[in-house]
Amino acid sequence: MKLSKIKELLRCKVFFEPQELSEEEFLNACGSDLMSDVLAFVKEKVILLTGLVNPQVIRTAEMMDIKAVIIVRGKQPSEEMVKLAREKCIALYSTDFPMFQACGILYENGLGKEGC
Amino acid sequence: MPLTMEFDIKAGDFVLAGEASSKIKDTLKKLGVKPEILKKVAIVSYEAEMNIVIHSVGGVLKAIISKDKIEIIAEDRGPGIENIELAMMEGYSTAPEEIRNLGFGAGMGLPNMKKYSDYFEIESQKGSGTRVYMVVLNK
Repeated sequence: MKLSKIKELLRCKVFFEPQELSEEEFLNACGSDLMSDVLAFVKEKVILLTGLVNPQVIRTAEMMDIKAVIIVRGKQPSEEMVKLAREKCIALYSTDFPMFQACGILYENGLGKEGC
Repeated sequence: MPLTMEFDIKAGDFVLAGEASSKIKDTLKKLGVKPEILKKVAIVSYEAEMNIVIHSVGGVLKAIISKDKIEIIAEDRGPGIENIELAMMEGYSTAPEEIRNLGFGAGMGLPNMKKYSDYFEIESQKGSGTRVYMVVLNK
């Protein structure tokens, strides 16, 4: 699923978006507030959905080559988080949907259904 | 000649936490290390770095990069682990609430480090430091 489609489905607010990412295809999503669980989720072309708003989310994404992070439940990222996302070239969005619904919407629309 | 990178890691510095692992990852990338090897090193070094930031009074993270392997060494100055067997269990954690709020301290760090390294060794004593030695084979 293209990032532009993911953004549209979740009605995302954009905090940072590297231009080249909008048409990038993603195959799966990881929804978690536990960064160590994210570090154990070794899959390719993944976006991260989380309720956490601190720089460690971006660091974790960087380590796992996760190129896009969506904050759920309408939370605002901290200034440090936005700054680091910019520095590391990781897309950062927020959605008003809670975690369960956000994951559900993406799954229902086909993300992560191909057993990748 | 192996390439050695060494970083001082401060306890409790959650803004900088992860920067050392990021530099190690960038260096390996520039050296052309394969993505799957890169990810394993990134996971184990980041978990080790976070452990120093969260649990210790400060320490050092070291990467020794050779052609056939990448060694990651995390050494801290205390307070040490009372029961290593217990600390290695998935889900066991002594991290305080504020660390859990950051998304860490769920007791997955050491098990993740063991899982993603090809060789894992931990030495620690209550009252002195902890040393974790990990090897990721580059093949």
